[in-house]
Parts: sequence; C-alpha cells; structure tokens
Amino acid sequence: MAISWIKDVDQALAEAKARGKAVLVDFNAAPM
Amino acid sequence: MERFIGENFIPAKIHIKEQPKTFERFGVQWTPTFVIFDADRKERRRFEGFLPADDLIAQLELALAHTAFAQGRWADAERRFRDVVNAHPRTEAAAEALYWAGVSRYKGGDPGALAETARSFKEQYPDSSWAKKASVWTTEAPANRG
Repeated sequence: MAISWIKDVDQALAEAKARGKAVLVDFNAAPM
Repeated sequence: MERFIGENFIPAKIHIKEQPKTFERFGVQWTPTFVIFDADRKERRRFEGFLPADDLIAQLELALAHTAFAQGRWADAERRFRDVVNAHPRTEAAAEALYWAGVSRYKGGDPGALAETARSFKEQYPDSSWAKKASVWTTEAPANRG
C-alpha cells in the first residue's frame, strides 16, 4: 500500500477537515 | 507503516528545495521534522530527527492519543496511550504514553489512577524522566493536579 503524499499543506489540511482525519506533514530534505 | 499512515492520516510531504517558504511558515529548521495537525488544523505534535519504523509509528500513535486527550475524550485517549505502551514497549514513546494513560484515566474520573500509575513506573521505565514526573503521585499533592 503506497502512501499518496500530498505536496500542498493547505490542501492536506482542507482534506483532513472534510474527512475528520489528522494530518501528518513530513518536512524533509531527502535526495530528489 | 504505509497502511497505518494511510488509515490514520492525510499525509503531506514537503521538500526543503521545493518549498522553503513552507518550512519558514511552520518554523521548521531541521529535517526530517514531522508535524501532526488535528482535523481542526491545530498542531498536536512535532518531532525532529530520523526514527526507526517502530519508534516512528509509536510517535504517530502518541500524537493521535494526545489529540484525543486535548479534545477531552478521556477514555479514547487512555486506550490509545495504553496501546502505545503495549504495542511499542521498547520505544521512548512508551514511558510518556504510560504517564498520560494515567492522567487520562484520572481525568475520566478515577481518583486512584495517578497513584496506580506511579506504582506502574516502579516496574516499567523506572529510569525514565516520566517516572520522575509520576513519582510525586505516590504522595498526596492535590495542588499539582490539573
């Protein structure tokens, strides 16, 4: 089960509000 | 790990090179930093640095437990904190979870929960900072209790 990471924090927060879920934001600097 | 995150969170990943202003907006100064918000956009937990998978899941479960606690859902919070202790007993999150499980139970109306938790710390995680914090509960100190 791959994670569908969102790249927009505000979009994630809005989706969380609509679905009643928490948001996990991973701030990272991993090699691209 | 993937299933747990997918089932419990809306996941977002922000890269320093792509979105430096988002780092600035949320005051993130190191990577990796994980920030957990509840559904009402309130930040409930933040932790920095790499963690092995078991520790990372424990921290995320702890975040959900703290969210329940902050919302006054004492029974749900206690269950979630105890789940952290039981499922991830060797992580740093476990001692913190044991402490807050006791507080949740106390807040839920069990006046003996704090002393019971202090006794538990004599058996589990006796050298943790959370055991020191709970040590006051072995004596009556109601002024310190919220």
